[in-house]
Amino acid sequence: MASDTTQAPAADDASTQEQAHGFGDWFNRIGWRKLIITIPYFWLLLFFLTPFAIVLVISFSEAAIAIPPFRIGTSWSEIMEMASYNFGLLADDSLYWWGYLNSVKIAAISTVFCLLLGYPMAYGIARANGAWRNILLLLVILPFWTSFLLRIYAWMGMLSNNGLINDILTGIGITSEPIQMMNTDFAVYIGIVYSYLPFMILPLFANLERLDLTLNEAAMDLGSRPWRTFIDVTLPLSLPGIVAGSLLVFIPATGEYVIPALLGRSDSPMIGKVLADEFFLNRDWPVASAVAVVLLVLLVVPIMAFNHYNAKEQEG
Amino acid sequence: MGKRSTFLVSVLCFGFAFFYVPIFVMMFYSFNRSRLATVWGGFSTQWYGKLFENDQIIDAALLSLRIAVVSATMAVILGTMAGLILARMGRFKGRTLFSGMISAPLIMPDVITGLSLLLLFVTLQQWTGWPAGRGATTITIAHITFSMAYVAVIVQSRLLSMDESLEEAAMDLGSTPLRVMFDVTLPIIAPAMVSGWLLAFTLSLDDLVIASFTAGPGATTLPMLIFSKVKLGVTPDINALATLIVLVVAIGVAGAGYIMYRTEKRRERDVQMAVAGNE
Repeated sequence: MASDTTQAPAADDASTQEQAHGFGDWFNRIGWRKLIITIPYFWLLLFFLTPFAIVLVISFSEAAIAIPPFRIGTSWSEIMEMASYNFGLLADDSLYWWGYLNSVKIAAISTVFCLLLGYPMAYGIARANGAWRNILLLLVILPFWTSFLLRIYAWMGMLSNNGLINDILTGIGITSEPIQMMNTDFAVYIGIVYSYLPFMILPLFANLERLDLTLNEAAMDLGSRPWRTFIDVTLPLSLPGIVAGSLLVFIPATGEYVIPALLGRSDSPMIGKVLADEFFLNRDWPVASAVAVVLLVLLVVPIMAFNHYNAKEQEG
Repeated sequence: MGKRSTFLVSVLCFGFAFFYVPIFVMMFYSFNRSRLATVWGGFSTQWYGKLFENDQIIDAALLSLRIAVVSATMAVILGTMAGLILARMGRFKGRTLFSGMISAPLIMPDVITGLSLLLLFVTLQQWTGWPAGRGATTITIAHITFSMAYVAVIVQSRLLSMDESLEEAAMDLGSTPLRVMFDVTLPIIAPAMVSGWLLAFTLSLDDLVIASFTAGPGATTLPMLIFSKVKLGVTPDINALATLIVLVVAIGVAGAGYIMYRTEKRRERDVQMAVAGNE
């Protein structure tokens, strides 16, 4: 099978598997183990890993009027010249470097708000009893299943100048003129917190649910006040949940496109929108690729941290 | 304790209001007679009727459904294999890379995934002639790739929560591994496969960014169509379409969840009765 010609790793001999037993062992005996490992492995190598290599190559090329619209240099000096043009543009033009800074800032602040709202919610759900807990959990998961795009759209109706919020504010006389909320950073924060809140609540809930309550009781029995018990016992123990939830919000929010495109301002776009515009409007594939490469470099540490956390979590 | 509970209850109420009020407001205005989306002009269902006369919307919805069914099914096959590998296959060369490639798609920003897949398809076409152009096929491949990661994680955690000794006991009792696979393992991970399929289906139906990158000029999925209309502002016909989609998904998910919950309860009861019977 393909496993010999590709780098798809299948155990070549028994010595490389330290603890295969049960199915692993049996599949290995009949030769299926290689096959079962190879198919998804090959798929991910081809459709997940290889594309990044291609993005990297194209970020070292120049835009051209051709199909596809780029040209790869024929000599080293030409390639380096093209690369320095693309990446130099990102450093020189404030549209790009400000886009990165702005995106990291917006994603970080949104993550903090998700945590501030999500932590007490997850805590409340984890402390709720039986039936209530299931219902509340279902209520958190349900929006996560319904269309992301349509939920952002729903906020366009809420935030517009003649939308519900402004109607209420003018109705009770807080303002006489509607407050401009659409196409502001405020709307982007609302959109990100709204869309990503379940990603914060669910890992936190999973973590808080498992916590040993006897520790809290012990601390309280020893005279600790509830608030101190929370700070000294619960909070440190829930740190893994906080980290997982924050990464799940921060990483995708940094590259967010739909929310800034529908709710944000057009004069200082987030980097995801800059990338998409570069690709769809300017049709400059090399610069779009360079934007993607730098974004990936920016996110590589949090992504590795998430992968590490995930592997640890799954392997117990 | 009392004070803290009040605090938790109020945060929960605020959080759920935050989750649900915008959706209910949108649903409410879908019954607005007025063309002005946010000015109430009386009750009407006219926008729902207009939806079904709009061929563009029907075509886009059918294309999206087709892509969602195919990609969810493929994602369940590949994702279940991947989950099985991570939970039951022990160590193998490149396992770290494999588990990295399974969890990274969960958080990768859509613009990066979309752009990189498009460039892959273009390059492949130049070198091998396949895929010939971009459209439903390339969108489907893209959707399989990111949703199989979700399926793998769900299946893997299900397998890890289940004791491997059940499978080993069945094998020790002389059952062939293939029988164990079909009689023990698959029934246990079946609920995970069902939720994985549903999740992959809704993720595919919902995806705008990756589809926009990987679609050719000919293919327009429902989210792409909605996005192009929504950019111009809130309109009652999109409110109606959104209401329909949200209701169908919510009812589908709640129904599937209920059926799975009942099956699971019955299975647990059967196991308990079997254990009690042996004592």
